[in-house]
Amino acid sequence: MAAHRCCFPVWLFILCSFSLFIIAGSQETTVAPEQHASVLDNPQTAAETAEQTAGESGGVEERRWEGTEVRDAAAQKQAEPAVLQPTPQPKDDFQEELVVRPLHSGDIYASFQFRTLWETDFMRGNKVSHYRLFPKSLGQVISKFSVRELHISFTQGYWRTMQWGQPYLPSPPGAELWVWFQDSVTDVDATWKELTNVLSGIFCASLNFIDSTNTVQPSASFKPLGIGNVTDHRFLRYATLPREIVCTENLTPWKKLLPCGSKAGLAVLLKSEKLFHSSFHSQAVHIRPVCQDWQCKTTSWELRQTLNVVFDLHNSGQGKREWSLFKMFSRTLTEACPLASSSKIYIDITDNPEGEQFELSPATSLLSQAMVLGDRRTFSVYDLTQQDTFGSVRSLNLLIRWKSTEGDMLRPLLHAERYVAGYGLQTGEIHTLMYNHHPYRSFPVLLLDSVPWYLRLYIHTLTVTSKGKDNKPSYIHYQPSKDRVRPHLLEMLVQLPPNSVTEVTVQFERALLKWTEYTPDPNHGFYVGSSVISSLVPSTVAMDTNSTRERPLFSSFFPCKEESSYFVRVYTEPLLVNLPTPDFSMPYNVICLTCTVVAVGYGSLYNLLTRSFQIEEPSPGLAKRIANVIRKMRGFPGTMG
Amino acid sequence: MSGLPGFLIDDRLHFPSCPSQGGQRFLVEMAAPLTLLLVLAVTIRAALFRSSLAELIAERVEVVSPITAWKRVVEGLALLDLGVSPYSGDVFHETPLIIYLFHFVVDYAEITFMLADVITAVALYMAVKDYNKQVFRKQKFALEADRYPLDCLELIRSPKEMYYIPLKVAMFYLLNPFTILSCVAKSTCGLNNAVVALFIFSTIKGNTLLSAIFLCLATYQSIYPLTLCAPAMLYLMQRQYIPVNFRRASFWWFIAQYLFMYLGSLFVLICLSFFLLGSWDYMPSVYGFILSVPDLTPNIGLFWYFFAEMFEHFRLFFLCVFQINVFFYTIPLSVKLKEHPVFLIFMQLAVISIFKSYPTVGDIALYMAFLPVWSHLYRFLRNTFLVSCVLLACSTLFPVLWHLWIYAGSANSNFYYAITLLFNVAQVGQPGRSQRRLLIESLTETPCSPLRKSQNEKSY
Repeated sequence: MAAHRCCFPVWLFILCSFSLFIIAGSQETTVAPEQHASVLDNPQTAAETAEQTAGESGGVEERRWEGTEVRDAAAQKQAEPAVLQPTPQPKDDFQEELVVRPLHSGDIYASFQFRTLWETDFMRGNKVSHYRLFPKSLGQVISKFSVRELHISFTQGYWRTMQWGQPYLPSPPGAELWVWFQDSVTDVDATWKELTNVLSGIFCASLNFIDSTNTVQPSASFKPLGIGNVTDHRFLRYATLPREIVCTENLTPWKKLLPCGSKAGLAVLLKSEKLFHSSFHSQAVHIRPVCQDWQCKTTSWELRQTLNVVFDLHNSGQGKREWSLFKMFSRTLTEACPLASSSKIYIDITDNPEGEQFELSPATSLLSQAMVLGDRRTFSVYDLTQQDTFGSVRSLNLLIRWKSTEGDMLRPLLHAERYVAGYGLQTGEIHTLMYNHHPYRSFPVLLLDSVPWYLRLYIHTLTVTSKGKDNKPSYIHYQPSKDRVRPHLLEMLVQLPPNSVTEVTVQFERALLKWTEYTPDPNHGFYVGSSVISSLVPSTVAMDTNSTRERPLFSSFFPCKEESSYFVRVYTEPLLVNLPTPDFSMPYNVICLTCTVVAVGYGSLYNLLTRSFQIEEPSPGLAKRIANVIRKMRGFPGTMG
Repeated sequence: MSGLPGFLIDDRLHFPSCPSQGGQRFLVEMAAPLTLLLVLAVTIRAALFRSSLAELIAERVEVVSPITAWKRVVEGLALLDLGVSPYSGDVFHETPLIIYLFHFVVDYAEITFMLADVITAVALYMAVKDYNKQVFRKQKFALEADRYPLDCLELIRSPKEMYYIPLKVAMFYLLNPFTILSCVAKSTCGLNNAVVALFIFSTIKGNTLLSAIFLCLATYQSIYPLTLCAPAMLYLMQRQYIPVNFRRASFWWFIAQYLFMYLGSLFVLICLSFFLLGSWDYMPSVYGFILSVPDLTPNIGLFWYFFAEMFEHFRLFFLCVFQINVFFYTIPLSVKLKEHPVFLIFMQLAVISIFKSYPTVGDIALYMAFLPVWSHLYRFLRNTFLVSCVLLACSTLFPVLWHLWIYAGSANSNFYYAITLLFNVAQVGQPGRSQRRLLIESLTETPCSPLRKSQNEKSY
């Protein structure tokens, strides 16, 4: 309990910084100038850097800096976790953006985000019936099931952190759903069950397979991302379906939730034949309440639809390393969504400040800088609401042509992997490896494992070792499984020493199930959902204390809060575990044979219980027997002895 | 005096364990081999505990069941340490008393299990010795009253062969490979056996209160010993010369007394468990688990594969049919064997070990220990050779087919199932055959049967 209490400030901090990173990602936010003067400091620094870069590149073109703000986490903490627009604005608002990041492996990472914000209140009994930008189906779900926050993601493929770095929005393979309910909900489990069935219909997914056997209530790993500081995890439900296969039928309903559908704006690019011909595909919907202003008197609902794709152009690029919007999506852009208040494309050019790695065309003069995942990134910005973005051909086809293949990526500071050890179908051991690549700083991580009941975990075999030494977790929350009712839940707070591998092992026993409980392909194995590792990772920017950037000396002694650490969630691989199987072809035989044995047992006992023993008379000889028969026939009573 | 040879009376009626003479000497005489046996048994177990085999044995599904597995007891202790109720999950199914026992002696677990085996063996030894004394006394009376027909004389037991029976019983228990495996695997089945043995001992000694208390402990551990209630009451009544007659008040009074003691101590135990844990969680987790068989881990019993392959809507029906087998035979057997309560105990133990939901070899070892008690009746056994061969072959085939199924992947579950089936067929015959021979025995011993009389008259 004490550990739990200690965690709380840490969590508040995680929460704040996570919301910071999200907000930093969304570029439209502006801050009331009187709120904190220190904010001005950063764009200024950024501007200086930009000037410097421009100067160095010999003034190729004059670059403009977008009014981006990198916000101070401390100031953030004072205000509400999610501070948003000043009041004068339309009742609802829609923004869309696409971020493209060329990855060092030669792949391309494209991340779409569509954000609908609506000043309304689904709760408090008022019936909301007039919908404009916000999808009605989701609005009704929110009000009917008293949802406070809803996060759902469908992912095909596994994000390779070591090759690709951290994703903007992490998600585990398969489907993941986590929901915070309002504290007015009395029967959370029933509501959850109903909600999953409704969502299953909305997204054409097998979410109806979510039941109590794969639902858990994490105590620390999943905190609300929106406003509200309810941390009673009785109102939280988390479930994953690692087996879920994501395809077109999930994309179509997802696109229908967009105000413009796939008719205009960035959504035009979302053609399934290309999207699913990729190494990684993940689509998600996040709903949360956010503040309308910094005083947070009223709340709005934010719907964020995200779609992340990694294209493997290296293989399909016919030998040439170049990509364009047309090549990736087989479409070009011609207009922004008319309903969108902002529609932008960001290209990550941090590794390419002078264009030595790749060439970007058409060139843009608009630049933006943001703190993303602990790193200061620079982006080229294309504003689709501006007509001149489309040029004379009235269509935008971004093109990146690679010049050199070298260039190294900064290793992600935190990454994890997991596997099953052991042989045979009786027992096994789950190994989770967590890597801290930070050269000198240790940091705590929260590990969440949800293991189905048919792998019976033995918590007394849990070991956590780093650098060959026992590393005792400071907080363990363990909920053992109940057969056919609920899964195991294991949450641990582990301190990862600098530059180390921490190995968590736990033994399990494989259960034999009833023959009807197996999947149609039982010998394929059973999936175990990804472990979730959540952490505040010291940022890479703060790593170089001997700062090479031009900064005043007085500003660089203490690590700046906004740069010191950032929130990361890492998902490990799902596991595929084989279970012993009965012979599915012979239920009748087994029933017959076993019943026979029981009947034999019963029969032999019954026989002996009812039988009475008699002393057998010595059998008379043949002559006597004949004589007896004759006597009987002649009418003499009795027999001769 | 009929045609009984004189040597019979002279030789055979001098039973050395007669307390009046040479009791001290006898104690010394008998204690030596028993001590030797105990030392040998403990040495074997200690050696196995130290070897690498111990871990292998502890994983064997034939030796440990989901209830008795030591790994699960340790898991329960770990959960208790984490502040989680051990019964909130589906791993730990032992009773609260066991977990509190091991909370204190977990570091001496090996000694505890060896001690349990020693207690069982000694209790059985003493019980059988006492029982033999009574049998011999009865036989003496019968002989003196000249009730034995001459052709049954070969069944009369000589003191010499009876002298070694208690030792044989202890040996059958302690040196039985099944018991050794069970002990080395630290299966809590050994503790249950010790409780049952103590119950048998106190019953045969005629201590009503202790008998009720130990029976209640055994019931508390695993419901099924409930059926031992009937033989215990029959035996105690026989000992106190209370006729088994429904119209007698003394009969009902005794039943009420015994049940009061039994249920009273059961109530105390259950309340104690409640206060130890502060919740009733353990009731469904221990007794619900035994009765509803949710864990289908393979074992040597009949339940696992049957319920793995069962159609869901018939599950409850067949569950009742299978569970009722343990309790079902109690009344008819008590009626039939009311003159032989000790044999009834043996029968019930055998029935329990065959039809219980999670049987292990430890359960079989307990009833097998009783086999030497009726050794003089072996000639009436049928198919002894075949049955022992089947049991032996199955015991060796269990690990082989398990390996082929689970590790090599070259066999499937049916192979292992076939062996359990065969093992149970061989076992199912056991009580029946034993009873058969006892019935024959009872026939020869029945003193006043008119048939017998006439037979006697005719013959001589």
